[in-house]
Amino acid sequence: MLELRNVSKKVGNTFHINDVSLKLEKGSLNVLLGPTLSGKTSLMRLMAGLDKPTSGDILMDGASVVKTPVQKRNIAMVYQQFINYPGFTVYENIASPLRVAGVDKVSIDKKVREAAELMKLSPYLDRGVLYLSGGQQQRTALARALVKGAELVLLDEPLANLDYKLREELRIELPRIFAETGAIFVYATTEPQEALLLGGDTATLHEGRITQFGQTIDVHNNPSDLVTAQTFSDPPMNVIPMQKQGAQFAFSQGKVDCPEDLSGLSDGSYSIGIRPHHLMLSEPKQSSVKVVAPVSTSEIAGSETFVHVAFDDIKLVILTHGVHRVDIGEQIQVYMDPAKFFIFDGENKLISAPKTGAA
Amino acid sequence: MDKTYNNKAWLLVIPVFLLVALSAIIPIMTVVNYSVQDTFGGNKFFWVGTEWFTDVLRSERFHDALGRNLLFSFIILCIEIPLGILIALSMPKKGIWVPICLVLMALPLLIPWNVVGTIWQIFGRADIGLLGHTMAALGIDYNYSSNVFDAWATIIIMDVWHWTSLVVLLCYAGLVSIPEAYYQAARIDGASKWSVFRYIQLPKMQGVLIIAFLLRFMDSFMIYTEPFVLTGGGPGNSTTFLSIDLVKQAIGQFDLGPAAAMSLVYQLIVLLVCYVFFTVMSNVGTDKPEVEE
Repeated sequence: MLELRNVSKKVGNTFHINDVSLKLEKGSLNVLLGPTLSGKTSLMRLMAGLDKPTSGDILMDGASVVKTPVQKRNIAMVYQQFINYPGFTVYENIASPLRVAGVDKVSIDKKVREAAELMKLSPYLDRGVLYLSGGQQQRTALARALVKGAELVLLDEPLANLDYKLREELRIELPRIFAETGAIFVYATTEPQEALLLGGDTATLHEGRITQFGQTIDVHNNPSDLVTAQTFSDPPMNVIPMQKQGAQFAFSQGKVDCPEDLSGLSDGSYSIGIRPHHLMLSEPKQSSVKVVAPVSTSEIAGSETFVHVAFDDIKLVILTHGVHRVDIGEQIQVYMDPAKFFIFDGENKLISAPKTGAA
Repeated sequence: MDKTYNNKAWLLVIPVFLLVALSAIIPIMTVVNYSVQDTFGGNKFFWVGTEWFTDVLRSERFHDALGRNLLFSFIILCIEIPLGILIALSMPKKGIWVPICLVLMALPLLIPWNVVGTIWQIFGRADIGLLGHTMAALGIDYNYSSNVFDAWATIIIMDVWHWTSLVVLLCYAGLVSIPEAYYQAARIDGASKWSVFRYIQLPKMQGVLIIAFLLRFMDSFMIYTEPFVLTGGGPGNSTTFLSIDLVKQAIGQFDLGPAAAMSLVYQLIVLLVCYVFFTVMSNVGTDKPEVEE
């Protein structure tokens, strides 16, 4: 088990990592989710032992490893860039950690071939690694991490530089392959979609802090605060400030009935978050509230259309299925279902999330 | 199908054609012209065929000078390449020392060849030069104009002082382009400093090293100014390199035919060696897998 206790990393006057506490179990899959510069890589470097924390403690199976140099920690790391020994063949690259560890030739050969088989590299073992495609190079790096039998495997956006097809393939295979080794598996990504596809547990990072850590699906469905919700939503969650007055939420364009179970909520200002795919362009059957706003942009992505509208300094993104033609400047009606509201209080803490199943 | 022919396109090629013709083809053809003819003055030329080439290739003088050139280039490469790599490795990667080091490194490159020659010529003199005087005071018999070893040593040190910076700058450029993640990965693997150098830095520097190698070979093989200023080719013929010999023949003795033949052979040697270097070095470590740690 890897445990981080109130770990901070300060560089100059800025906190790259601010008071992070985490417990990662053996054989678990953990996703670090956060935008660029949120501290994912810094946190991984601390976990790996490449950097020392400014304060706090890092424990492996109960013993502090802060003072243990990185090469003695039995970890493996894979990066966004494809990092291999440039002059080596695939075989030699995969074998390199074993050779450093002084494993005998026969076991090396066996392990290398097994790892190559899992990573579908068997036909390329004798090739120079620079003569492979990007996907094969990254699979070589992954095989090197796998063969090491490390206790802690850190993957820092390993699929970001690969094309879409390979990404999908590896995203499914990776957790399965590494789960069998029983290692603590940490996977950093900027993409909420990727976190959801990987499953396991997710820690959302924002400006060097962990905003929430829990089962991926729980963090997604019940983000503890607005920042987490925004981190875990792509395209970003729409936020509309509303005033609760009695049994209704009011905002500049109208009023909407407060969900029944929240009738006890005190009056005041709230932030309403609503995911882009919960906004609708046609009037639904259930109770809903309407916003009329001009279109500022519309993008067609595959079989979906993103429509951006703006009113009163509030920008909304609507995700609709199918390819729609929407003219810029056109006034359109956007419908919101209060059942899909994330309600955050004045301190941006979550009060209520949409019922699961409805999400 | 109708094709449109537009001869105006040729106009666009003319500038390049003229430039190449004036800068390369015409001068070389003049040399070729000299190399197959003899003249006794009065602008009269006689066809001699390949006689000059045969002469040059058989002449002991040419063989000796060629031998000196090869030895000189070999020594230069053996010193400047490893030294350049070593200095590049020990240079800082970030901070305010980077620009300072780079400027200091670039300084010798800005000094013209003949100035370098003059600096060392005076520096090494026993009567007024700091180096020569110090050596004499220490009881070391150092005299580049009478001792062959001293002459060679001085020219080699001059060249190392002048041109190692070039290798350093090239290697440094190669080193800083290696992503930080490589070093991290190596640390995680527990790779030694030597392994990092041998299996990461050196392969990553391969491209720039080929360039450094070729540039330093060509340049040292064509050395002229430094020995010309320092010793004039002496003592004896000990620092008479091909270029110095060539100038003696062409301008000193006005043997245009043999000199032309010699310069063509000279050029072919440079081309050939560079081609071989390039081919060999580009293939190093690419096809043959290395089976060791």
